[in-house]
Amino acid sequence: MKTLIKNARIMDPASGVDKPGEVLIEDGRIVEITAANVHTPQKSDRVIDAQGAVVAPGLVDLHVHLREPGEEYKETIASGTRAAAAGGVTSVACMPNTNPPLDNLAMVELVFSKAKQQGVVNVFPIACITKGRKGEELTEMGELQAAGVKAVSDDGEPVASPALMRSALQYAGMLDLLVINHAEEKSLTENGVAHGGFMAAKLGLAGVPRSGLEIMISRDLLLAEETGCRIHIPHVSTAGAVRMIREAKARGVKVTAETAPHYLVLTDECLAGYDTNVRVNPPIPEASDQAALIEGVLDGTLDAIATDHAPHSRREKEKEFALAAPGISGLETSLSLVLTALVATGKLSLLEALRRMTVNPANILKIPKGTLAVGADADIVIFDPEAGRVIQAKEFVSQSNNTPFDQWKVKGRVLATLVAGTPVYIDATFAGNIKK
Amino acid sequence: MGLQRKDLLSLEELTAEEMLLILDTAQSFKEVVQRPIKKVPALRGKTVVNLFFENSTRTRTSFELAAKRLSADVVNFTASTSSLAKGETLLDTVRNIEAMNVHTIIMRHAYSGSVRLVAQNIKASVVNAGDGTHEHPTQGLLDMFTIRECKGSLAGLTVTLVGDIIHSRVARSNIHGLIKLGAKVRIVGPATLVPRSFARLGVEVHTNLEEAIKDADVINILRIQLERQDGKFFPSSREYATMYGVNARRLKLAKPDVLIMHPGPMNRGIEISPRVADGPNSVILDQVTNGVAVRMAVLYLLSGGENADENVN
Repeated sequence: MKTLIKNARIMDPASGVDKPGEVLIEDGRIVEITAANVHTPQKSDRVIDAQGAVVAPGLVDLHVHLREPGEEYKETIASGTRAAAAGGVTSVACMPNTNPPLDNLAMVELVFSKAKQQGVVNVFPIACITKGRKGEELTEMGELQAAGVKAVSDDGEPVASPALMRSALQYAGMLDLLVINHAEEKSLTENGVAHGGFMAAKLGLAGVPRSGLEIMISRDLLLAEETGCRIHIPHVSTAGAVRMIREAKARGVKVTAETAPHYLVLTDECLAGYDTNVRVNPPIPEASDQAALIEGVLDGTLDAIATDHAPHSRREKEKEFALAAPGISGLETSLSLVLTALVATGKLSLLEALRRMTVNPANILKIPKGTLAVGADADIVIFDPEAGRVIQAKEFVSQSNNTPFDQWKVKGRVLATLVAGTPVYIDATFAGNIKK
Repeated sequence: MGLQRKDLLSLEELTAEEMLLILDTAQSFKEVVQRPIKKVPALRGKTVVNLFFENSTRTRTSFELAAKRLSADVVNFTASTSSLAKGETLLDTVRNIEAMNVHTIIMRHAYSGSVRLVAQNIKASVVNAGDGTHEHPTQGLLDMFTIRECKGSLAGLTVTLVGDIIHSRVARSNIHGLIKLGAKVRIVGPATLVPRSFARLGVEVHTNLEEAIKDADVINILRIQLERQDGKFFPSSREYATMYGVNARRLKLAKPDVLIMHPGPMNRGIEISPRVADGPNSVILDQVTNGVAVRMAVLYLLSGGENADENVN
């Protein structure tokens, strides 16, 4: 099976390439990247005419909730991976806060096998750090790693005990498993439902102080530094966290970090109408934090942009703000939000934006993804970065449409997504560009 | 002109003109409730539901009297004993009540923003009778009515709010209302209970009671919710009374004709000394009286009423 993508604007952050050309795919792998009009289309089984659109590595999303098993009414591996495909995402790392949690080999194999049977993008299950996410005993990380797990996290729950966290870093470090710790000091955050600033105070919403997040991040940086082990800080949302991570990196601490698109485009002013779609954990910060986050993305302190895709049904969101489940369904809006907020505004080049959504997260997970290198899996997104569109939550492929971005006018339309050379998403306007 | 809105959810969203309209209308209704027959036909044939998801005696009774004196049919719905215990969501509960064709829902609820959620999802008018720690607009209006009645105007007055500001819906409604009507507002209490960020609302933020009540025209003393405290925000009610209790000695720092207000229920001897509560400066019971007139005005204006006089006379 040969697939030719012609008339492409090839963008591969891993190699720094940004040039017109063609991509030839054979048996699921990229076999050749050439200048334009080199290949004879008749020799390929499938020809995709990109008509000048960007052809880039499929996005790699480090932080996704697929909700299966346990909450299939919100999302399933089938629906979540299709939502990913619609967003141009070809690899997702899914969080283990399922029910039951992914804290043993059987659960992880369930996800691998469902992903193989029902999924359309690559799924990398993240296993728990501790059994039952209770922060008491380590999971059997050796066995999990052997089964293909790349990272561990008790997502939603921090490993509260510094001693256990230190031990987890050492044990996981020995196995080269990435440790992702949900950064919250619960005594400061447990009642909070919004960023503890002026808006929350005015609206009578219990606040999460920045210290409630930053105390845990500073602890984890100390532990990573002392043990020499890798740590990954998820969903960074405050200026102080960016500063601490920047300083730690300068000292040589093996730390990587991600932020999410919603922190780059919303500020706590959005709380005004008590829209539960902006209830997210960590909470949307204020403008000064947002400026620091953008600075952190630009200077590389924040290596990756990950969605924290957190689908919830209407029954969890149509409620009192403080009782609504935190989270945003983000897979289908992340590329557009980044293009709109960072690229169209001239803050970041398109290639650098893509770097933070492809090769950087792939390198953090140590998976051979996020590149158009010859020999790599042909996981590819074709998109038009300039096309305007209006986000329509109703039309989400995800089973849940909890988004604060409904009706937002954004840039960037995903035209097609390929996983191992096979189209898994084709935009209606692009169907005619694919010839068998 | 009536109130061109379906709901009364907060004083933050009202204009000064709208608040003055309510206060002026309440003035007319206050005359009504001082008559031997305290009833006008303004809301005859309309149904008002008191939907209280939190216990309350005085606010519910005040709204009930206000609605009855306007000749509305009033239903009291105490949610904690009914559907919520069976797991029904807030919106389902409210949609069920609305399906019985009610005109106005007066709602109190433990969570901030909950009343707005309801108002956005039903056609009936919704009056916020206190949503979490957000706002309690009719309390703010009745406080302003009482001040205006005693002082003639709110403009230029110094009003000090004392106590647990951060958990107080009364404080937020007072702040928004008073500032729009030209008063100067100070807030004071322990640093754990007074958000410094409220300076952005245009108030002076204090932690020293004596500084905060110096030359004040009005001292509005908020209830300390002892049940909420458990030693996390201040060490003891004894220390609170020592540092933040308004007593006769401290009252001398304020203007001689200072008004003493309290939304009730009072913890005598803690946030307010009995001598102050019962003294000549206290208008605490006038607040309660005025509450009925103010709530009549709100119900009347939201139901499309314009000129109170034809119904009053």
